[in-house]
Amino acid sequence: MKAVADTILSVRSKPGETQVPDSAANDTLLTTPLDALHRSLGAKMVPFAGYSMPVQYPLGVLKEHLHTRAAAGLFDVSHMGQADLVGDDIAIALEALVPGDLQALKPGRIRYTQLLNDDGGMIDDLMVAVPVDGATNRLHLVVNAGCKDKDYAALQSALGDRAVLEKKDAHALLALQGPLAASVLARFDADCAEMPFMSLRPVTVNGVDVVVSRCGYTGEDGYEISVSLEDAEALAKTLLDQPEVEPIGLGARDSLRLESGLCLYGHDIDDTTSPIEADLLWSISKRRRAEGGFPGDARILKEINEGTSRVRVGLKPIGRAPAREGTVIETPEGDAVGVVTSGGFGPTVEGPIAMGYVASAQAKPGTRLHLIVRGKALEADVVAMPFVQQRYYRGTK
Amino acid sequence: MTDIRYTKEHEWIRLDGDSATVGITDYAQSQLGDIVFVEVPDEGKAVTKGAEAAVVESVKAASEVYAPVSGTVTQGNAVLGDAPDTVNSDPAGDGWFFKMTLTDASELDGLMDQAAYDAYLKDCDA
Repeated sequence: MKAVADTILSVRSKPGETQVPDSAANDTLLTTPLDALHRSLGAKMVPFAGYSMPVQYPLGVLKEHLHTRAAAGLFDVSHMGQADLVGDDIAIALEALVPGDLQALKPGRIRYTQLLNDDGGMIDDLMVAVPVDGATNRLHLVVNAGCKDKDYAALQSALGDRAVLEKKDAHALLALQGPLAASVLARFDADCAEMPFMSLRPVTVNGVDVVVSRCGYTGEDGYEISVSLEDAEALAKTLLDQPEVEPIGLGARDSLRLESGLCLYGHDIDDTTSPIEADLLWSISKRRRAEGGFPGDARILKEINEGTSRVRVGLKPIGRAPAREGTVIETPEGDAVGVVTSGGFGPTVEGPIAMGYVASAQAKPGTRLHLIVRGKALEADVVAMPFVQQRYYRGTK
Repeated sequence: MTDIRYTKEHEWIRLDGDSATVGITDYAQSQLGDIVFVEVPDEGKAVTKGAEAAVVESVKAASEVYAPVSGTVTQGNAVLGDAPDTVNSDPAGDGWFFKMTLTDASELDGLMDQAAYDAYLKDCDA
């Protein structure tokens, strides 16, 4: 028996990409401040984006996934890149590099957007937030672990002396996700329960000062918590002591985000795909669609008006066999029309699910396609995503 | 005579007279985690020692199962189509993958017996 496809550990390397190879020798791996805690909890550690990370705990990927959808899961995402971008009118300056509407962002609010190259391809996708005090000279960023170095280089090179990048290397990042995450955090600060989706605020949890953002990567309600390296383990233990909370590894993180239709950089999006091809138009506001003014705007505005030749879609195999990343997609007549970019088994869906790019003529939900798995054509339907309804907090009204 | 042999890739093969049953070991299923899909070979398929004979998939990974010896498949375990997690719960029993006849029974001599496999597992975890 030998693994031939591993959803979590494969990172496609492409010419020109500077992602850290996951096969980096163990002795060069970075560790997070929760490394000892992961090992004491019995985690299986794997190399990921240059870090030694927990892929699963003794509960296992399937049960960790289901627990997060039913209660609350704690994830170590300290490998992600946290940084502040500092400079006068920094929202205006950063808008020259991303298509997201940063000028409309209110104090303490977060936006999902993409760092673009001159061709309109994505260097990375990231979260951008305005400080709680509304300062116009500072933005908080969270970028992908494998993209940190190239992102920071791209930002500094494009912004020059208009901005200084302050890396928050002294901070860890934990994610508390699931329908009971709010009641868990409200035990320490009642106001956490009423925080709007995509907002942040400073909070004290059991004596530890942290910054809490109501967002995540599971499709569930939940939070990401930025905490100093020295306080990270104490905070993690405090949260794990809550009866609703189990530790969750990268394996379930991947199946949760796939069921929720969320893109994984380096797989579903990369420096060749535009936000329009990736079905991320919702992240570009009316003003930015009208004005442009971001890298690759000619291509992206043209794609908004005229459509794209390929587009990211959800795929639901009819049978039980999962179709993994790289699987060729054909029409029932045998014409190749695309490729799977993420695929596996959805524990909540209780069956195989995938996403990938197909020719736009084949992108309508209900279109029957074939997935070529081990030489056999398996039937699949194009479906609307997410596969599992997202349950973000939208207020009590 | 009943004799169980093991491969370095963590398949087991149990000889019963002229026929043999093949599966994956408890170590293999524990490494894979929750098994969500199994594809077993059809009756009559010729399999070659060391070549892919079946597929097993967990939530996060797809793996190939190799034929421990060469021969012809006489039966695939149909139970695994609807209940792939049987491989997790009973890898050495109801979670068997396929039955086969052997082209050359002496190929078994190159495989590990229980004592050798137990020693090999200690190296795998080291």
